[in-house]
Amino acid sequence: MQTPHLPTLRMYPDHLTQLKHKAQAMPRQKNHISELHLTFPGTAIAVRKALSDTLAGLRFLDLSPEESGTVELVLAEAMNNIVEHAYADNPDGMIELGITPTPRGLSCRLCDDGRPMPDGMVPLGGNPSLDCGVGDLPEGGFGWFLIRDLAHDLEYTRSSDKNRLTFRISVGHAQFQA
Amino acid sequence: MQLETVNRDDAIIVTALMDRIDALIAIQFKDDMREACENGPARVVLDLGSVQFIDSSGLGAIVATMKLLAPDQKLELAALTPIVDKVFRLTRMDSVFAIHADANAAFTDIAHVS
Repeated sequence: MQTPHLPTLRMYPDHLTQLKHKAQAMPRQKNHISELHLTFPGTAIAVRKALSDTLAGLRFLDLSPEESGTVELVLAEAMNNIVEHAYADNPDGMIELGITPTPRGLSCRLCDDGRPMPDGMVPLGGNPSLDCGVGDLPEGGFGWFLIRDLAHDLEYTRSSDKNRLTFRISVGHAQFQA
Repeated sequence: MQLETVNRDDAIIVTALMDRIDALIAIQFKDDMREACENGPARVVLDLGSVQFIDSSGLGAIVATMKLLAPDQKLELAALTPIVDKVFRLTRMDSVFAIHADANAAFTDIAHVS
């Protein structure tokens, strides 16, 4: 696992007074925008840890709480889907997550070796109807709806027995406008 | 159990103490809610003020709780934090539940009368 790239401080004596300023300013420089890559087991507990590691790794982007929440929600839904469906009968499967900050947002990739999506397609994910009595309210089916609502450019490919899901989350552009 | 209960007036207030309701604990949450509310008053106010994150599994667990409490008990929600509020709004589940700004408001709002 590659840890996020943290800025290095060079301690030249005549720059000491600027250290604080530099420590804050350096992560904003373009060459410090780094890719995040995590590989972890396809289990609910590992997904929880991966989400926490991912948000920590993206801290240099200064995302707002709402943006962080969106990132966490989309990734959680996509990864839970892998755990619950692709790896439903394989408790030893691994998940690979890659995130690249770009001027259009976070470009995300999720790969697994589990079962393919039904019909080889990402589920349409319409919002389940709530026009019913309490007893008939849906308890599931919201995951893909949330992903489709909050992420862009959603693409799924299956090759060499691997699932690959890519999408973009439109946050973190500020880094590229400096 | 990461739930705390207190009886107030005609209701039971259940405070969720965990900071997230996600796929990892969704089933446990539903079971704990069932246990906490069993043979209790007709109004159940679930205080979610400590919950900073919920995913669709957590949302499903809250809906499942509402269904298993019905028809004798009615589940209401209070103190939704921003991401939790967002998930309820996006899925339109905010139209299914009575939602109060906080647990106190559940006893001053007239919404619950309907």
